Amino acid sequence: MSRIEARFSALQAAGRKALIPYITAGDPNPAVTLPLMHDLVAAGADVIELGIPFSDPMADGPVIQLAMERALEHHVSLSQVLEMVRQFRSRDNETPVVLMGYLNPIEKMGYEQFAKSAAEAGVDGVLTVDLPPEEATDVVPLFKARGLDTIFLLAPTTTAERARLICEQASGYVYYVSLKGVTGSSALNVTDVAEKLDMLRTVTDLPIGVGFGIRDGESAAAVAGVADGVVVGSVLVNQIAANADNPDKAREAIAAIVADMRSSMDR
Amino acid sequence: MSDSNPIDYSAVPDARGHFGPYGGRFVSETLMDALDELERVYRKLSADPEFQAEFDRDLAHYVGRPSPLYFAEHLTDKVGGAKIYLKREDLNHTGAHKVNNTIGQALLAKFMGKPRVIAETGAGQHGVATATVAARLGLKCQVYMGAEDVRRQALNVYRMKLLGAEVIPVTSGSRTLKDAMNEAMRDWVTNIDDTFYIIGTVAGPHPYPELVRDFQCVIGREARQQCLEQAGRLPDALVACVGGGSNAIGLFHPFLNDESVRMYGVEAGGLGIETGEHAAPLSAGKPGVLHGNRTYLMSDEAGQIIETHSVSAGLDYPGVGPEHSWLKDIGRVDYVDATDDEALHAFRELTRVEGIMPALESSHAVAYGMKLAARMSPDQIVVINLSGRGDKDIHTVAGIDGISI
Repeated sequence: MSRIEARFSALQAAGRKALIPYITAGDPNPAVTLPLMHDLVAAGADVIELGIPFSDPMADGPVIQLAMERALEHHVSLSQVLEMVRQFRSRDNETPVVLMGYLNPIEKMGYEQFAKSAAEAGVDGVLTVDLPPEEATDVVPLFKARGLDTIFLLAPTTTAERARLICEQASGYVYYVSLKGVTGSSALNVTDVAEKLDMLRTVTDLPIGVGFGIRDGESAAAVAGVADGVVVGSVLVNQIAANADNPDKAREAIAAIVADMRSSMDR
Repeated sequence: MSDSNPIDYSAVPDARGHFGPYGGRFVSETLMDALDELERVYRKLSADPEFQAEFDRDLAHYVGRPSPLYFAEHLTDKVGGAKIYLKREDLNHTGAHKVNNTIGQALLAKFMGKPRVIAETGAGQHGVATATVAARLGLKCQVYMGAEDVRRQALNVYRMKLLGAEVIPVTSGSRTLKDAMNEAMRDWVTNIDDTFYIIGTVAGPHPYPELVRDFQCVIGREARQQCLEQAGRLPDALVACVGGGSNAIGLFHPFLNDESVRMYGVEAGGLGIETGEHAAPLSAGKPGVLHGNRTYLMSDEAGQIIETHSVSAGLDYPGVGPEHSWLKDIGRVDYVDATDDEALHAFRELTRVEGIMPALESSHAVAYGMKLAARMSPDQIVVINLSGRGDKDIHTVAGIDGISI
């Protein structure tokens, strides 16, 4: 059983929902990422989404764009991101890590090489924002052969027909983007999300994580009421921007938000 | 290419928008349904005689087509080689080939009932062409433009404002065309219900490379017929500049089956390919994925997109339309480059000898076209696509001359 599958089954058995924080690897500098990943777990994270910095993050709002720019000032590459995961695994062999990013850095490394290196480093899943299932038919089997789950996005604009196509290729979990927009957009509408999730559940048995627009314990708890997992990114990354000169303070602030979401979700 | 195994150019792209290994649709899920819808509407309308008639009417009476094919006798004499003909896209309404495409896409927006259009622009020509058709059709228009380009192309920025468009300077990344395209994509994903994204070149996710090509093919269809009428035969060579590559595809595509016609796409060599300061992905880049398609790109070893350099804002882009990538690989088109200096020299030469002031983008084609014609014989013919006029670049050229206007 993969780490992702094991984690979601354990949560389901305990009647709990997954808390899935996102951070950008190397933000604000490469030394912060590893301790921050451990902080996230200690504060209650069930799965970590680790962003691969990219120069042209088309699907991200200003908060994540700036995080990627901060990381790229230190020339954080995909190889370094994999090395961070390898180091994380020396202390934590339980928490699933999903790499999230854009296709070009992976394409440049080569899909075969990437799949091999990622699996060896201890990566569990890969979510490439700009790789829809139509273009993923060669890539998914390569990832699967190395035990990597391919996480796909579903959106408010996704029809039932497309959802079926996507879920045929997806494994681990699927990520429902709660609103039309980029990361860091304004608040989501839980009623709309619940309605869409009802449709998606007729299409797939995979756990469904929901992200975009979740900013505090209250919205996390509301989403946890309808989804299997809660993905939170911009509100955490914002703490790094706000404490750019003091990464320790940023880590504390991020851990506090995650812990608050955890307790709100478990209440 | 082997004669026994001719390539069927009409068979690309395939149903999923692939030109060989290039093209495709690499976007986030939120956009997929909108692209499917665009493709459905385009398939329907491109086969609809009424839509085609309206498009042709607009091209004739609003754009002023056909644009002339002009025998540049004086430039030909000066160069002393093949006869040089200029396809005068600079004489179109708004001053460049860009309007052929914006007319087409604005008609699509109208048929789809979208009240708002957005666009990205580099030199500002596509932004102006979009603002123009938006004004005419009463569509709300916002144009994303890199902050660096806003500075370089102040005249076009003001033109867009006069036309009623809002120009939004983009301050992320390298503050040029690629960043404007990122920002336009972000806008589109947020406002997908009421907004049509008018992409300015033959790049982006399927079906954009195909539909922009189809709208621009009027250039090559006219040039082919005009050359047959004026010279009694087909040209020996075609030359066009390539940033994203829409004017080049528009000229080349209707000639692809004419095996005797050689084609040259001229990229921006900037300070010289060897310096790395250029915008020539086909000459010096590698395949990758950006802005919704797989194509030749300028990226570093880690897959990050590299900042480009060109004296012309319209060529300052790290990618290129996927069909060009394919035409390069199969060897049908030769991709070459002209440096900033060569383009500026050609700008001055054409202005002085023919009284025609080309855009700095088009000056790259003129520069290579002159070089090419010089090594050909006087009974041969070169057609250069003069994709835009140079008025917008006068400030840039004056600045290089140390004159402030």
